[in-house]
Amino acid sequence: MSGHDHHHHDHDHSELSETELRVRALETVLTEKGYVDPKALDLLIETYEKKVGPRNGARVVAKAWADPAYRARLLKDGTPAIAEVGYAGRQGEHIVALENTRQRHNMVVCTLCSCYPWPVLGLPPVWYKSAPYRSRAVSDPRGVLADFGVSLPKDTEIRVWDSTAEIRYLVLPMRPTGTEGWSEEKLADLVTRDSMIGTGLAKNPGEVK
Amino acid sequence: MPLDPRSALRAAISVPGVPRDADGPVFREPWEAQAFAMALALHERGVFTWTEWASALAAEIKRAQAAGDPDTGETYYRHWLSTLERLVADKGVTTTDTLIRYRDAWDHACDRTPHGQPIGLTPADFSH
Repeated sequence: MSGHDHHHHDHDHSELSETELRVRALETVLTEKGYVDPKALDLLIETYEKKVGPRNGARVVAKAWADPAYRARLLKDGTPAIAEVGYAGRQGEHIVALENTRQRHNMVVCTLCSCYPWPVLGLPPVWYKSAPYRSRAVSDPRGVLADFGVSLPKDTEIRVWDSTAEIRYLVLPMRPTGTEGWSEEKLADLVTRDSMIGTGLAKNPGEVK
Repeated sequence: MPLDPRSALRAAISVPGVPRDADGPVFREPWEAQAFAMALALHERGVFTWTEWASALAAEIKRAQAAGDPDTGETYYRHWLSTLERLVADKGVTTTDTLIRYRDAWDHACDRTPHGQPIGLTPADFSH
């Protein structure tokens, strides 16, 4: 029994900032003229995954693992709890933390426009832009997870969440075993971008030195 | 030509002011990485040298400062983007009008795209 997969959607239109519009215009024109190859650009940009923005999310997750009171605050109301570690989002933006458990795995699909909370999550993965990925994440989340090398117990329910203009999501991954007594700083090294959007799990202690 | 972290590091060293760490450039926002990567791609294609780029960027920053830019470092990549737009027009790669037309088309595409759907350009986006 895999449980049913929920899908939330919002019909507000997409948003890009003035600067993002100019960047897109330039990229489209240069691509059409054959000066740049968007795939090569994306490949390079992926190498900067850990070099963009403050990446506060890893600290938020580590704190939630280490501090039960903080975890409770985060799950009750994500926005002020995330602000405690120094990230204040744009006005009107609300961040909801989704807790992964043995019973339920959460996965977020919308990263297509300005709504992606990169100060928390870091650079969006390039494959998120692809329409086939997106529709498959909704219709076959287990298959998408398998493509990323993640296999969950058959009875773990998978929920797919779609950000709206007002709500962004942060997945709180399960704390890896064998990390008892670790400091928040050390725990933060286990938190990957993919684990915070639910397309991956947190690293195991053996994967970091 | 390879668009790789090694050539990116060389670029970050060759151009004054590029925010970086030991591995190469660092970015405040995702679009900055895109703007950086596009300049790198054009450089690898031989559209300009880093010396040429650096002096165009310096001129852009000077103009911005004259217009009251606080120059706190936060606006570095804004100047970088303006330099890109100016240089591709100067080099005849495209025109400023074309860039504006595409910018407006993307704006239109965003407006008609429901939140969360992939945003793509269609010919109709150009006729508004």
